[in-house]
Amino acid sequence: MTMSEKNTNTTVEDAVPPPRAAASSEPLLEVKGLTKHFPIYGGFPIKRKVGAVQAVDGVTLSVYPGESLGLVGESGCGKSTTGRLLTRLLEPTDGSITYKGQDITHAGRKQLAPIRSEIQMIFQDPYASLNPRQTVGTIISSPMEINGINPPQGREARVRELLEIVGLNPEHYNRFPHEFSGGQRQRIGVARALALEPKLIVADEPVSALDVSIQAQVVNLLQELQRDLGIAFVFIAHDLSIVRHFSERVAVMYLGKVVEVADRDSLYERPRHPYTHALLSAVPEADLDQEKRERIRLAGDVPSPIMPPSGCRFRTRCWKAREKCATEEPPLIQLSGSREGHLTACHFPEEPTTEARETDVVMDPALVAIEKELSGEE
Amino acid sequence: MLQFLIRRTFGAILTLFLISAVTFFMFFAIPQDPALLACGKNCTPDALAVIHQNLGLDKPVPVQFWNFLVGIFAGRDFAVGHCSAPCFGVSFSNQQNVWDTIVDRFPLTLSLSVGGLIVFLIVGLGAGLIAAKNKGTAIDKVFSSASLVLTSMQIYFLGPVVLGLFVYSTGWLDKPSWVPIGESVSGWFMGLLIPWLVMSVIFTANYTRMSRSTMIEQLQEEHVRAARAKGMSSRYVFFRYAWRGSLIPIVTILGMDLGALFGGAMVTEITFGLPGIGRLARDSVIDKDLPLTMGVMIVSAAFILLFNLIVDAMYAVIDPRVRLS
Amino acid sequence: MTTLTKTEDAPAPTDPDAFLSVRDLRVHFSTEDGLVKAVDGLSFDLERGQTLGIVGESGSGKSVTNLSILGLHNPQSSTITGEILLDGQDLTDASDKELEKLRGNKMAMIFQDALTALSPYYTVGRQIAEPYMKHTGASKKEARARAIEMLGKVGIPDPKNRVDDYPHQFSGGMRQRAMIAMSLVCNPELLIADEPTTALDVTVQAQILDLLKDLQQEFGSAIILITHDLGVVANVADDLLVMYAGRAVERGSVREVLKRPEHPYTWGLLGSMPRLASDVSEPLRPIPGSPPSLLNPPAGCAFNPRCDYVDLVGGGRCTSERPLLPAGRGSACHLEAERKQQVFIEKIQPRLG
Repeated sequence: MTMSEKNTNTTVEDAVPPPRAAASSEPLLEVKGLTKHFPIYGGFPIKRKVGAVQAVDGVTLSVYPGESLGLVGESGCGKSTTGRLLTRLLEPTDGSITYKGQDITHAGRKQLAPIRSEIQMIFQDPYASLNPRQTVGTIISSPMEINGINPPQGREARVRELLEIVGLNPEHYNRFPHEFSGGQRQRIGVARALALEPKLIVADEPVSALDVSIQAQVVNLLQELQRDLGIAFVFIAHDLSIVRHFSERVAVMYLGKVVEVADRDSLYERPRHPYTHALLSAVPEADLDQEKRERIRLAGDVPSPIMPPSGCRFRTRCWKAREKCATEEPPLIQLSGSREGHLTACHFPEEPTTEARETDVVMDPALVAIEKELSGEE
Repeated sequence: MLQFLIRRTFGAILTLFLISAVTFFMFFAIPQDPALLACGKNCTPDALAVIHQNLGLDKPVPVQFWNFLVGIFAGRDFAVGHCSAPCFGVSFSNQQNVWDTIVDRFPLTLSLSVGGLIVFLIVGLGAGLIAAKNKGTAIDKVFSSASLVLTSMQIYFLGPVVLGLFVYSTGWLDKPSWVPIGESVSGWFMGLLIPWLVMSVIFTANYTRMSRSTMIEQLQEEHVRAARAKGMSSRYVFFRYAWRGSLIPIVTILGMDLGALFGGAMVTEITFGLPGIGRLARDSVIDKDLPLTMGVMIVSAAFILLFNLIVDAMYAVIDPRVRLS
Repeated sequence: MTTLTKTEDAPAPTDPDAFLSVRDLRVHFSTEDGLVKAVDGLSFDLERGQTLGIVGESGSGKSVTNLSILGLHNPQSSTITGEILLDGQDLTDASDKELEKLRGNKMAMIFQDALTALSPYYTVGRQIAEPYMKHTGASKKEARARAIEMLGKVGIPDPKNRVDDYPHQFSGGMRQRAMIAMSLVCNPELLIADEPTTALDVTVQAQILDLLKDLQQEFGSAIILITHDLGVVANVADDLLVMYAGRAVERGSVREVLKRPEHPYTWGLLGSMPRLASDVSEPLRPIPGSPPSLLNPPAGCAFNPRCDYVDLVGGGRCTSERPLLPAGRGSACHLEAERKQQVFIEKIQPRLG
């Protein structure tokens, strides 16, 4: 089933379509209705399950070979949990994960072993994810050892090669992680991920712990790898500008759900979901022509994923929310007026533009009160 | 929080049951007949059988254990007479009621433990605070090295040394003795002064080091700096913010140390020849006096578990995050 | 290696309107490895009601500067020289008692992470009321009423009840609001905000930044906003100071620095961050290498090992002579003014979009 067969405004059953360029190829990794609930125990006198953190709740996504898919959202939106489910570091509560046509949803250790080498992960904190007692050489070669891979030139030569690929000095083979700076440590993490020649790398906030000037170095490195080695990336981050820079397709998550997904230009320039509008408007830009952008200020924080709101989960902070939003969960569909492959889960979508509105959307009561007072005085 | 405490109480009762079961069955694993002791020198097989019957030793071990447990709650009848609840049986060696013996000896051990606890909390925590406040100075260094040396001062070594120095040579302090507090408060105090000091030395040293290090850690916490940033005086911040925070790790360690404290009190009794639970425990094991051993074990364990419950409750008092979750 | 030629920033004449005036501030820490020059000759002025953004990466000295203004550095391991004039009073030689009277009263601070900066053991209300009672002599009851008023002002719903909550019962955004309430409770004339929104989500960050901006209009405080994010200062600050390795490398109004940056480090910062409108086919232009160690900073200009334009300056001056930061608008770089402009227009501006 290709996208061209679909009419606009029909339910695509929560499916995230392939990027137009890759429409013909088979997805590398496909997840359907992916759900992860972490049980909460409590009660008296005997402890039992009293609830669940609905970290991820029915996410459907596909990753195509060589593409870069971005996952953005704020804390508690489930983007990191989704990343861990994709790599099967966690087992989903519900839904399915298919890798190259093979169902790995509940695959055991043995069955996962060959796949584990093809899907690698890069973590946020490069220092915490490297064993401080091992040399860089040992860290990078251990995936090969565990998987019994013997490159023709030998493991050590391969590690040196990898160090060079990620921009480190191959002479540093025998050094320990603490001898490196933050950015260099993240490079070690990248080299380790590359050791098994993966087809897909899930990068969970790979640059958020780094200084601004170093972030760019690592982003460029990952981008080169994606282009030169044809590795597909799932790039998880909270920074919308970096995700836009890195990913051809971007999914916005809110409280365990994908609320909008589209290719880069469509999502950032013609967003439809009010939450996407709010997120984009909130990005602090080193740009003085702020007046041209719409100003949306939400009220309060993201609600708890333990008891998410009924219907549309964003409704409690949304300025367009009506009764329907509380009773009916909006499906992730292509709306009329959206480009092909641009899916939005909203009953009352916004206009596809990010330009300034006649009146700002300010939900925060404190801001409303002070701004009223200030404008009254003038 | 109340639920938590109730749950812990149930846990404590279960622990108590397991401790008594393990002790009871271990006792019968010793390949020696406890009745021989009560039988004396001119023991005949017939006399032994009678004693077996009197002591209930002729029944299977699980039945004996069951009878023992029933006795605690309902009382039991022995050849020597009725033993009312709580009945821990009758001593094999001297036919005394075990509960009465424990009630007689317990105040000494309790006085020793609680007194020692107060001494090392005041001296140890205080010294730690002073060292932390003066971190890096000569005071800190003296306190730190002293606590290192004192931490290796075992009671049975230090006891005789102190006795020799302060009692026999100089006569500055009274020889350790047991005077019930009801009889004479000053006698009680002076008689236990040396035991308190001696038994609390190691604890004092450890708590000095611990309170120093947790205080130094706390003083670097962001909320301590934030309190300074809003103009609160350094004294106020030191006690209200930093010390408040360091109470939690200290209480945690204290909870774990209570068993050691009780053990320390027992060693102290033996070192100074004081008639407390410690000596009773040692003697009962040497005499293979099952009821007495069981009685001492259960009462001691119950006290340790009770103190642990108090410590758990203290968390809630100290930390609102525990209280309100 | 030490610089042979002693080059100090010209001690600029004190701005008569300045409410806060920092002159040639040096904060040095002695450590086991040697002397760390965390701040090394920093001067700036701040007027009432204005916001100064201080931008820099970790280790640039931006946070140390602000702790030393409040007098919260560790006096045992650090030495401070220079002048910090707050409303004419030099804070570097003020006594502890005098500083205590100023802190939380005339000058206050907002910390980065409200979860660690608020004590878990006391209610939010008590923590807000404490400085108010101390500095105004208000009674417990008055201070509580004031805490409720402040909580309402920063947008905590139902402040009458929430005043008795503990910090862990608040969400992240609400805790940061409570923190702001705590810092503003005595109407401080100087507010130092150290990465006030870094720990927050994007949408909450936008709320908090707007709140700070609006509250400043109401309270008229001068604000020092420390951040690593040029986007945050663009939104909030009037003036900008870019710091690198313990020194200011560029200074000017926000517009001047963002529109016509002069220092290669500022160029690097701007080139490293993607923007929502930048061309995605252009790779980012990171600054090569990593920030220098403050134990042993490079001689001459501390940025020279990472700078692409050393060759444009003759006579090896970048590695031997420390460039000066002129008073007012300017940058501490040996490149000639026309050269800076030329490089910026030809190489940097096209990339920024």
